[in-house]
Amino acid sequence: MTTGYTFYPCGDHAITLALGDRIDAGINERVIAFFYYLSSQQVEGIKDIIPAYHTLTVVYDLEKLVKKSGTASVYQKMHEWLQAAWLRHTGDSAVMRQMQIPVCYHPSLGPDLESVAKSCSMDIDEIIDVHTSIPYRVYLIGFLPGFAYMGTIDARIATPRKATPRTLVPAGSVGIAGRQTGIYPFDSPGGWQLIGQTPLQMFNVRKDQPSLLQPGDEVQFYQVTLTEFNQIRADEYPHP
Amino acid sequence: MSIRILKAGLLDSIQDAGRYGYQHWGINPGGAMDSIAMSVANILIGNEASEPVIEMHFPPADILFEENAMIALAGADMRATVNGQAIPVHQPLLVAKDSVLRFSGLVSGTRVYMAVHGGWQADKWLDSCSTHLKVKAGGYHGRSLQKNDTLLFKKSISKPAQIPCTLLPWRANLSGLYNAGEFRFIEGNEYALLNARSRTSLTSASFTIAQQSDRMGFRLTGPVLTLDSQQELISTAVTKGTMQLLPDGQLIILMADHQTTGGYPRVGHIISADIPSLAQLPAGKKISFSKTDIASAEKAARLQQANLQQLQNACNFRLQPFFANES
Repeated sequence: MTTGYTFYPCGDHAITLALGDRIDAGINERVIAFFYYLSSQQVEGIKDIIPAYHTLTVVYDLEKLVKKSGTASVYQKMHEWLQAAWLRHTGDSAVMRQMQIPVCYHPSLGPDLESVAKSCSMDIDEIIDVHTSIPYRVYLIGFLPGFAYMGTIDARIATPRKATPRTLVPAGSVGIAGRQTGIYPFDSPGGWQLIGQTPLQMFNVRKDQPSLLQPGDEVQFYQVTLTEFNQIRADEYPHP
Repeated sequence: MSIRILKAGLLDSIQDAGRYGYQHWGINPGGAMDSIAMSVANILIGNEASEPVIEMHFPPADILFEENAMIALAGADMRATVNGQAIPVHQPLLVAKDSVLRFSGLVSGTRVYMAVHGGWQADKWLDSCSTHLKVKAGGYHGRSLQKNDTLLFKKSISKPAQIPCTLLPWRANLSGLYNAGEFRFIEGNEYALLNARSRTSLTSASFTIAQQSDRMGFRLTGPVLTLDSQQELISTAVTKGTMQLLPDGQLIILMADHQTTGGYPRVGHIISADIPSLAQLPAGKKISFSKTDIASAEKAARLQQANLQQLQNACNFRLQPFFANES
C-alpha cells in the first residue's frame, strides 16, 4: 500500500504519525504493527505510545528532555527518530489474537435492541444474527480504560449515536455507534445504542494486563442466554 | 507514622507525576494538576520532585498528625493552621505529634499540595501512585481521602518539633515557575480548519472558565468558534493541554484526567509550561490566549525546569546540615 504519511505535533510534548485520512483495516494494521515495534525499543524519555485508527502518537517527557537537549529542538529530534524508525520498520504485522466474547442480547440488557431493530426494519433475531456473523477488529482502545472501538459492522445494522446520551450505561453493555461496535468496561455515561451485555469483566485492575482486549485483536461475539449470562457473570465478578 | 483524616475534604487524593505508559489501554495518565506545586512541595523538604503528594481542593480535610513529621504545602493558599497557628505555603515545617492541620479560607489558587519528608505510603498501580477514581486503583485504595482514613508516611523526624510546629527558615521563590499572563498555545492539527474570524477571536477575545470544569478538563465559555467546513474527524490521540472545539463552538482544555483519544477538532494545545498556572484558576475566571510555536514552548519548559533545579539545589544545601544534625 502506498498511503502517504505525515508527522505533526500533538502539543509540545507529543508527536503524531498519520497514515492517510480514513478508517481502514489495512492502515490500522500498519499502525498497530508499528506500535508493537516501537514498544519493543528502549528509548529514553518516551512516556506513551498511543495507536489509534490511522495515527500513532508518541508522548515524551518534555521536562526531562529539555534538560538534556541544550538548545536543540526536542521536537526535531523526536521527529527524526520517529521517521527513521518508521522507515526502518519492516511492517511485519503482530500476531492477531482471536477473542470470543459472549453477549446476552436480552432486551433487559440491551435497552435499545428494539428501537435499533425498528429503525433497521429488521426483527431482533436478525440484528443478533448480523452482529454475531463476522469477527471485528479492535481498531483502538480509548474513551475509558479498556474501551475497545471495534468495526466494521454491517451497514444494515449501523445506527447513529443516541441524540441524548444516557447518564449511566452499565459496565459490560455492548453498543453500536455508526458502523462501530464497542463494550463499556465501566458504569459510565454514554451515547451508544445498547443492544446487549457481556458477562465478562472487560477491565480488571488486579490483572497485569487489565484490559481484556488489546489493539489489533480480532473479536467474535457469540450469543448466550440470560441464564448463561448470569452464570458467567457470577464467576467473573466474585463480589457482585 | 501516620496522619488521620478528622474531617473529609471536598476532593483530596494522592497524586504524583502521572501514570504514563498505558494510554494504549485507554488508561488516562492522571497525576497532579499543578505539577509545579507538587515539585515545589517535595523539593522544599528534600524529596524527589515527583514523590506522591496529597492534592486538596477547597475545603480540604482536617488532618491529625499521629507522629512528628516534616511537611511542606505548595500551590493554593487556603489559610492553613496547625493547632491554630497560621502557617505559610511554600515553606517547610516540622509538625509535632498530635497537632491538627486545618484550612480556614481560600485566599488564592484552587489546589494545595502537601508533601511529607520521606514520602507517603501509597498504593502503586501500573508504576504510579496517582489515584485513579474510575478504576479505583492507586493512591489510597483508589479513592479520595475520607473521615478516619489513616495514611502512613515513611519517615519520622526524631528532632522534636516545638508544639505545635516549627517553621524552617527558608521559602521557595516562585518567580519563573508560573505564568501570570496570557496562556500560550501552539497550533493543533485542526487549527487551520477554523475560519478567519474564529482564529482572530481565539487570540483576542476573553474566555471564562465554566462551572463544569474538573480534573478531566476545563470547559470555557466565550465567542462561538466555527470551522470553515464541518468535517467528520477520525478519533485520535489527545494530550494534556489539548484545546478541543466542541460541537457547540465552545472550547474544552484537557487536563490531568483527560481521555486518551478524542474526535473533536484540536484547535490548539496549551504549552506544558503554562498548565500549572491554568490548574490553579477557579471557575468564573476570565482568561485569554496567545499563539506561540514549539521552539518557544520548549524554551519556556527549559527555563521552568532550570528554575526548579535551582530551587532544588538551594533546598538541598539548606537541608544538608539539618539532616546531619538529625542523624
